[in-house]
Amino acid sequence: MTSISLYSPRNPMLKKRDDFEDMLEERRSSSDLKYAFKCYTPVLYKGLPPCKTTMLKSMVLQSDQLHYVINQISKETGEVAGAIQEEASAILEEMAHRLQLSTVRFFAFALTKAFKTLFRSISVNEEGIQRLQQAIQDHPVVLLPSHRSYMDFLLMSYILYTYDLALPVIAAGMDFMGMKIVGEMLRMSGAFFIRRSFGGDKLYWAVFSEYVKTMLRNGMAPVEFFLEGTRSRTCKSLTPKLGLLNIVMEPFLKGEVFDVSLVPVSISYERILEESLYARELLGVPKPKESTSGLFKARKVLGENYGSIHVYFGHPVSVRTLSEGRVNRCEFNLQPRFIPRKPSDDTQSFVNDVAYRLVRAQEENMVLMPWVLLASLLLQAHYRGPGCSALGPEPDPHHHHGMTLEELTLQAVWLRGLVRGFGAFLHWPDDKPPSEVVSASMSLHQGLVRVSDGRVWLLLKEPGGPGPGTPEERLLGVAVAVLSCASYRNQVLHVFLRPSLLATAIHIASSGRKEEVFNTFSFLRNMLANEFILCPGAAVQDFEEACQQLVKSGALQVSQQQVTATDRGQPTLAFLTDMLEPFLQGYQVVCRYLCEEASESLTEKDFVPAVRNFTVKLILAGNLRYCEALSSDLQKNALAALLRLGAVHRVNGGEQVTLKVDKMVLNSLTDTLGGKLPTQKSLLARL
Amino acid sequence: MASDGISNSGIPDRQQIAQQRLRIIAGHLQKPLDTSDGRIRALECNAPDNQPSGATTKTVPRRRQEVMKWNGWGYSDSRFHFNKKGQAEFTGKRYRLSGMIMPSLKDWFEGTFGANIQHKNFASAVLSPGAVRPPTLNEAFTEEVRSTGIPYSSDAEDRVFRGHGHCLHEIFALREGKVGRVPDMVVWPNCHNDVVKIVELACKHNVCLIPYGGGTSVSSALECPPEEARSIVSLDTSQMNRILWIDEKNLTAHVEAGIVGQDLERLLGESGYCTGHEPDSMEFSSLGGWVATRASGMKKNIYGNIEDLLVHVKMVTPRGVVEKSCLVPRMSTGPDIHHFILGSEGTLGVVTEVTIKIRPLPEYQKYGSVVFPNFEMGVACLREVAKQRCAPASIRLVDNEQFQFGHALKPQVSSMFTSFLEGLKKFYITKFKGFDPQHLCVATLLFEGDREKVLQHEKQVYDIAAKFGGLAAGEDNGQRGYMLTFVIAYLRDLGMDHFVIGESFETSVPWDRVLDVCRNVKERITRECKDKGVQFTPFSTCRVTQTYDAGACVYFYFAFNSRGLGDPVRVYEQVEHAARQEILANGGSLSHHHGVGKLRKAWMRETLSEVGMGMLKSVKDYVDPENIFGSGNLL
Repeated sequence: MTSISLYSPRNPMLKKRDDFEDMLEERRSSSDLKYAFKCYTPVLYKGLPPCKTTMLKSMVLQSDQLHYVINQISKETGEVAGAIQEEASAILEEMAHRLQLSTVRFFAFALTKAFKTLFRSISVNEEGIQRLQQAIQDHPVVLLPSHRSYMDFLLMSYILYTYDLALPVIAAGMDFMGMKIVGEMLRMSGAFFIRRSFGGDKLYWAVFSEYVKTMLRNGMAPVEFFLEGTRSRTCKSLTPKLGLLNIVMEPFLKGEVFDVSLVPVSISYERILEESLYARELLGVPKPKESTSGLFKARKVLGENYGSIHVYFGHPVSVRTLSEGRVNRCEFNLQPRFIPRKPSDDTQSFVNDVAYRLVRAQEENMVLMPWVLLASLLLQAHYRGPGCSALGPEPDPHHHHGMTLEELTLQAVWLRGLVRGFGAFLHWPDDKPPSEVVSASMSLHQGLVRVSDGRVWLLLKEPGGPGPGTPEERLLGVAVAVLSCASYRNQVLHVFLRPSLLATAIHIASSGRKEEVFNTFSFLRNMLANEFILCPGAAVQDFEEACQQLVKSGALQVSQQQVTATDRGQPTLAFLTDMLEPFLQGYQVVCRYLCEEASESLTEKDFVPAVRNFTVKLILAGNLRYCEALSSDLQKNALAALLRLGAVHRVNGGEQVTLKVDKMVLNSLTDTLGGKLPTQKSLLARL
Repeated sequence: MASDGISNSGIPDRQQIAQQRLRIIAGHLQKPLDTSDGRIRALECNAPDNQPSGATTKTVPRRRQEVMKWNGWGYSDSRFHFNKKGQAEFTGKRYRLSGMIMPSLKDWFEGTFGANIQHKNFASAVLSPGAVRPPTLNEAFTEEVRSTGIPYSSDAEDRVFRGHGHCLHEIFALREGKVGRVPDMVVWPNCHNDVVKIVELACKHNVCLIPYGGGTSVSSALECPPEEARSIVSLDTSQMNRILWIDEKNLTAHVEAGIVGQDLERLLGESGYCTGHEPDSMEFSSLGGWVATRASGMKKNIYGNIEDLLVHVKMVTPRGVVEKSCLVPRMSTGPDIHHFILGSEGTLGVVTEVTIKIRPLPEYQKYGSVVFPNFEMGVACLREVAKQRCAPASIRLVDNEQFQFGHALKPQVSSMFTSFLEGLKKFYITKFKGFDPQHLCVATLLFEGDREKVLQHEKQVYDIAAKFGGLAAGEDNGQRGYMLTFVIAYLRDLGMDHFVIGESFETSVPWDRVLDVCRNVKERITRECKDKGVQFTPFSTCRVTQTYDAGACVYFYFAFNSRGLGDPVRVYEQVEHAARQEILANGGSLSHHHGVGKLRKAWMRETLSEVGMGMLKSVKDYVDPENIFGSGNLL
């Protein structure tokens, strides 16, 4: 099995990626029906025959683990064990998948039809498929795709079916179950359903974890779940959730299997189906409940072109290799393994580390389309222009200055060089003239961008929407467009993140002393740790990586003591600083709100709407130009960071959780963030 | 064939049983060796005149190299080799396999290891005199030993023979004629009092003593610490080999600790008794060695392990002689001091005399075997047998690889009929019963007792086996399984003749982890070999050899083709180290019965805890403050 360590030193220029094959190409030239009924004979784990779901269920219900928990609950509550056992059985019924090849074939047929109209191409790295095929035979496999769209898991199963690989069993949110027929069909195509929250429910946890572990231990099928826990509405990777990762690692840590292979999969959409839906959701327009009829309404998307999809199967990562020297498996020796038990701190921090590194692996193999560069440039231009402050009662469409097409093309070419230098996986057709690439990109995203008179600008109002309404309504329109556009810029953020943090640190720090720059860098990094994927405890590594990248691109000179910006590096540094600016501004808005407006009785539930109102006022008053500050995602991340840093405390008061602000800490954080206060060591030490 | 006689008869005639028993014990030994060195030097020992057994036939002479290999396993006359036709052959006359041809061994060997029997790497036949450094003798000590009349020697061959056990690295070095630090002198005490004198003299002159019993250690316990500056004296107990008395009322025997297993059983057998303690090394390993390593015998289910058999023990230490005051079955007098002695691995003193439980020879003995569709079912069956506490004298489960290995050792069949029957059996199991030849595995059984009970017992075990898909597969398969344990060490020498190196190691593990340990350790070995540049997949196999109430003993064999490796021994050691790590990580023990020696010392602290180590250390500090017993084992 090929398993590379995720800990290998990163050298972007050495990054070798596989080539892609368009899997739709063959579908366009052959019968869909024949394809749906093709001979499907996947290779299996150690050549074992597949196991019936009824068998799986009885293994779970008869497991020592489950019996132990049932007896325990029975002792605690006085309930008869038999009744709890039945409850467990019901939970399992509700949860378990019922994989059926016929349903899979139906999906294969239907999806082929849909995919062919929606997408230009679906490209897959076939070498990755081959690696996966080998991994499936050697060890239990866990597939970890990125999560940007509802499409993700259907797409995954579709690909695995096409390449004759074992179909995965997929952890899906219970909300799908609401979609009556579709929910059942998803179940029959390998999904199993878990409740969104079951924190204290021991029985549920026991059934659920035993179900997943039984599949892994016996290598019945690859298990697939989303590390990010939910779809990222912003297209930035979300900080990983550890629950399922802990579960899938357990069979290895307890010696029940020799190894487990984790396979990060990066799914990149050129255009996301849910694009404006997400933006609305982030702005507080509630998410439509998943329903079958809703799905049919969504059929109108079928008329549009969504470009291409790239799916990259990363190198399988061996949990055994990762854990070497990090985990002492002897910790499980002194208790029967069926007794559920919290792993040691070392093991927990190991799992956490692995989670972050896997998400980074997903990020690194995300294919970036030219449009993400254009979106970044257009958004920066938008913020530099009069922007949202021009939301007067009489909006003038010509206020949006935008930039000329030539300017945009020129800058895009410059940016292309920069991201490539940083090791990004950019899919830019070099055989075409840049202007052609730019206009092709824009035509695909004509819902977001407008060209006229040789100038390009973001389309700030939804076409065909209601006429001029209240300023708030107009702001909503602008914000939807900005957030939609930001979701594309966000796709490239991980490439710029570390250099951007450094550029901003240099900008904020009072001197170029390396130590001070590093302190500011760490402060920013710490502040934004809930916003971006920053591996815990890797500040020094990240700093060095950022320095190395900026030195290489000629923007910095770094000596033993000093960090100095070069003259020719100014545009790069300015660009990088601007990338982070919306976030830093947004965090400051949250801080200001908590400082100035938050009442003593602010509940956690009211936090987001309150901050949103506050932000709307700021923008309408012309005091803030970054409507990204309206994003509930950003607001929640900021709150999480402030909670983590001790500037805000949760107080459990009966039914409501209220938020108590520690003004001292908050003020000092705000000032440091605004560059008013030097990053003090003492403060850092507290963080 | 010896055993056939047993299983078909059952005449409860005491004398005859003794004879049968003798034949089993010596099933692999044609006749006791008559060596010229066989007389007893009674000297001033007060051995009783009325010795119940004739101690005149001794297996182990002082000059061991006259009958045994100095750089390999076992008797000089017995070895495997590929004859001119490329067929494997076992030389000599001692064993059931002796003189036989094993036609399928070559194919198995070449196929399993990617080896070629044309590639030869024979051991150097003689020890070059220059290879051994001259002895560092303590003149005063030597002088005083001479005056006691206790035989001693500082001849190079004698010293080299006692400077090693049978770890792979030890034998590998000897085969290449390389000799490291070896004892400077060998002494042969003839009785307990001789030992007392030697230990006193060693203390007086600050000489390092390393007790030597059968020399079958596989834990580097006999290796001389290279940094030891004092004169090292190997105390060879082989001449202390008498049964001093037998007590038929209490069923105990008092025996000198140097006696080797086969002699003990043979001599007791003459009186109609046995100890029933049969470790795989019993041809050569000694009673004192068993005590010092906490040995385990294959029939422990009936007779118990050495700690269960031990009634009384005498050990000579630098502080004096330690022993209990009575011969009782159990006592509550604080922590059992026997447990300081058991497993002390020569670090505290020399075990000189042991009172051991004996049993009348069993009336009837029967081998058996059961084929299971896979290893998992086999383990489940063994677990059930242990749960019902109906384990036969021995029950062992070998995995598929070892089952195939066993088949490769089948001697040439003499008649068409036998080969026809074999074919029929194979057809029945694989085709009719649908067992996959690549997955099936075999449990070998040995029943002992009176005839009726054995048959009853046999039925009970086969009934359990049937519940786990097991099919009775005949006595022959069972017997061959046990034979393998005796010849395996000889086979290692054959492997080494053709660049294949290997070793066995063992552990004990709770029942619920047996399968996990077996799978993970085997796979770890395979993986490590690959990582270390071993070209051909290694032979990595295991068997469950003992069952207990709470767990089992698991035995691993591991061998690989070392051709093309720069430093095969180093690769071997790294892999074995990794395998041990894997065992520990999966909840297995550091050792079930091989002991720690110097090979596994590094893990003692994590095995016993800091305090536990301190306890052992304080005993050592009290008993042997000058570190006279300076083998450096254990701690």
